[in-house]
Amino acid sequence: MINKSLKQLGAMLQGKEISSVELTQEFLNRIDRLNPEINAFITLDKDRTLSQARRADEMLSAGKGTALTGLPIGQKDIFVAKGWRTTCGSKMLETFIGPYDADIIERFDAAGAVNLGKTNMDEFAMGSSNETSYFGKVQNPWDRNRVPGGSSGGSAAAVAARLCAAATGTDTGGSIRQPASLCGLSGLKPTYGLASRFGMIAFASSLDQSGPMAKSCEDMALMMNVITGFDKRDSTSLNREKEDYTRALNKPLAGLKVGLPKEYFAEGLGPEVAKVVQEAIVEYKKLGAQIVDISLPNTQLSIPVYYVLAPAEASSNLSRYDGVRYGHRAKEYGDLMDMYCKSRAEGFGAEVKRRILIGTYVLSAGYYDAYYLKAQQIRRLIAQDFENAFKQCDIIMGPTAPSTAFKTGEKADDPVAMYLQDIYTIAVNLAGLPGMSIPAGFAPSEDGKRLPVGLQIIGNYFDEARMLNVGHAYQQVTDWHTQMPEGIE
Amino acid sequence: MEWEVVIGLETHTQLQTKTKIFSGASTAFGSEPNTQACVVSLAFPGVLPVLNQEAVKCAIKFGLAVNAEIAPRSVFARKNYFYPDLPKGYQISQYELPVVGKGSMTIQVGSGDNAYEKTIRITRAHLEEDAGKSVHGAQEGMSGIDLNRAGTPLLEIVTEPDMRSAAEAVAYAKKLHDLVQWIGICDGNMQEGSFRCDVNVSVRPKGSDKLGTRREIKNLNSFKFMQQAIEFETQWQIETLEDGGSIHQATVLFNPDTGETRAMRSKEEANDYRYFPDPDLLPLAISENDINTVKARMPELPEAMKARFEAQFGLAHYDANALTGSRGTADYFVATVNEGSDAKLVANWVMGSISAKLNAEDKDISASPISPSGLASLIKRIQDGTISNNAAKQVFEAMWAGEGDADQIIESKGLKQVSDTGAIEAIVDEVLAANASMVEEFKAGKEKAFNALVGQAMKASKGKANPAQVNEILKKKLGA
Repeated sequence: MINKSLKQLGAMLQGKEISSVELTQEFLNRIDRLNPEINAFITLDKDRTLSQARRADEMLSAGKGTALTGLPIGQKDIFVAKGWRTTCGSKMLETFIGPYDADIIERFDAAGAVNLGKTNMDEFAMGSSNETSYFGKVQNPWDRNRVPGGSSGGSAAAVAARLCAAATGTDTGGSIRQPASLCGLSGLKPTYGLASRFGMIAFASSLDQSGPMAKSCEDMALMMNVITGFDKRDSTSLNREKEDYTRALNKPLAGLKVGLPKEYFAEGLGPEVAKVVQEAIVEYKKLGAQIVDISLPNTQLSIPVYYVLAPAEASSNLSRYDGVRYGHRAKEYGDLMDMYCKSRAEGFGAEVKRRILIGTYVLSAGYYDAYYLKAQQIRRLIAQDFENAFKQCDIIMGPTAPSTAFKTGEKADDPVAMYLQDIYTIAVNLAGLPGMSIPAGFAPSEDGKRLPVGLQIIGNYFDEARMLNVGHAYQQVTDWHTQMPEGIE
Repeated sequence: MEWEVVIGLETHTQLQTKTKIFSGASTAFGSEPNTQACVVSLAFPGVLPVLNQEAVKCAIKFGLAVNAEIAPRSVFARKNYFYPDLPKGYQISQYELPVVGKGSMTIQVGSGDNAYEKTIRITRAHLEEDAGKSVHGAQEGMSGIDLNRAGTPLLEIVTEPDMRSAAEAVAYAKKLHDLVQWIGICDGNMQEGSFRCDVNVSVRPKGSDKLGTRREIKNLNSFKFMQQAIEFETQWQIETLEDGGSIHQATVLFNPDTGETRAMRSKEEANDYRYFPDPDLLPLAISENDINTVKARMPELPEAMKARFEAQFGLAHYDANALTGSRGTADYFVATVNEGSDAKLVANWVMGSISAKLNAEDKDISASPISPSGLASLIKRIQDGTISNNAAKQVFEAMWAGEGDADQIIESKGLKQVSDTGAIEAIVDEVLAANASMVEEFKAGKEKAFNALVGQAMKASKGKANPAQVNEILKKKLGA
């Protein structure tokens, strides 16, 4: 049962084959057993979770169930949830209890879904391995010595280890897609503005976007129906008509023009990943897709641009954690400045501090034009690259990450190597486009483990329904997405 | 050497919106600390700003009132600094692209023969949020933070360095204070901090076109203090330069107890605010249509009203100017005239007795115990000859003291003017009989004696006789 999709579990709930309380308890039992090692969840609150499951059962008995009613979902600990501890992976918020619900929490709640717990993440979503979390590293269920990716590493590990039916993530530079790739899941970052950022703790506001992490594209379509929609509490939320993301799932792919950017298959891409991605492309040809060679010439600039803009916004977004109103405050301090310095020095981890320093620097008088302004200009060029590319193709495909999951600690002391994990994903955030990763196969590790490889699918603005169609068609003819890691029974 | 002072102003006007600029929290003044601070005011994790369109309308109104450019696209920026009463660690303001661009305002400086007009250029006006307040000393060894005010909408209005004296600066500040209340965007309450001025002062040798180094006097919340602060600062800068010293750019505070200004922090210690566009807010777009909607609901502006008063009522420029000094005064004047009173008489009363009373009692015209219809009924009795001007003053005093309406007071005090020719003739006859010597003097050519006789007649009538009639009858009887 643990390997069933949201759609299958939903049908069982609707058909009264199982109750939400039973299903939820089953996952809670698995969490009890496996989470102490995997560490995918930071906070559990079984009473709250089970009371939500009971409410879902009432909704179902009253015939008021929706597609997600009664389904246990892991919520990334970046989303503020009323009454739940919300840490964002940081000591700074170790004791912070959410005073209100994020938009996404409200939406899942209204759909009758069950909040199974708050999943682990890189501190303030800054990281690609989940190693920057104050609440400890997360194991990749496919190889416990390896990282699950990040920053949504807890959500990815939780779904991969079947500790929940699906989970939410957020993606600023690849934080949904890269861990999905490393853990063998499907993950989607929607077009910027489709999902409200209200209640999602800000990292880099112009790039942050929440999205689903699940076992299949079909499940993600169901979640997208819940996650997206206009929210007047977020000024960057787009006021568009509600879409049904399941509507195009079964369209044939004949004639689909798939663009392959040459820059995504150049130096830096691990051969084991390249092989799997090429095989997936072959599969798409069989499904009727036409392959078009395209170019995204400014790809190599996306990392430097991102590491100017994201830290700049972060340095300002994280100023509110000053120890004055909530969050960590140093026990002993002299004057006000000392309180600020000590509270922030103690409350933030090394990676967060590094980015605050970078961001503060690039916004400083005398450097602003050379860094921030220049980066904004290049950001427009990067968006232009995609605009040109989409004149030649319907969809873009390539690798999600340059490698499979790396070993815990392997890149922890080399920030630049870590940053390169997001070389294929960052440009999508800079352009505000939707990007998705789906499992495309496995590559063997040097020690003989099977490690998942993700295929990235990038669509034009608001083309999520087509992307899900493209992913779903592939998942109808392959079974990579249904495979489970060993040792999680 | 002769020196010239150069002054520019930055004024923070608190906009009269019901809710804060980026959240739905109330802006009411004087509530218990932190009771008007929602999760957005408190900058909880995950919250986002949403622009209050009422604040934008206020900015457009102001732009229209000073003939300024209203930007079709302006940008909110973050001004980053740490302070306990700044919950986000940054203030949302406007930096490179403000909502209101270049405009101007004409001020009247001085009075009487020395009065002159001057046009002050407005550089820009931008929208921003206010900070909260730090409360010191409420608890031993602790400082408190009250975030009720955090997020209150402000329009910061910046001038060019166009003022050349404390008097000009104060005249500008007063005019601006009147204008923002006139167009209904600010309550003008300086004690509560709704209208706060920062004044940039520098001096230079007269005739020089180079600006001297300026010092900024922060947070002046009364016109009197502004005058004192500028005068002290100007003198201090001149003396410093004449003693061979130099001026360093600095922020200074005015101490009302000593009347002195003192540097708070120097430029070297100044913050680098690291402004950048706020990614949580889209650029503010204002269309022609938005502007026209606001324009349609704009009240008549003081300049236009002044011209109309001169043309329509034949008022002198000075009177029209005084009557349009504040919206309340103008409304009062118009309401009284609309009751049928002669405009010039109304103008005299409003600028004379009423203004004097209000000044003496430090009251706004809205708090006048005599309403426009009350004043109109008093003027009516002057116009129809029921009471003399002298009696009118007594009636006015009694009305002000709340003793009743004009007719009641005239009745109870017996102030009705005697206009009965027979009665006045009788009084005049008595006076002539009793003052034969004065009559002789008059006949001998002493003009003054006539006035003395009028005085006697008025006295005999206990002030009630119609003076014009007394004059007429006396002249007739004396064959003058």
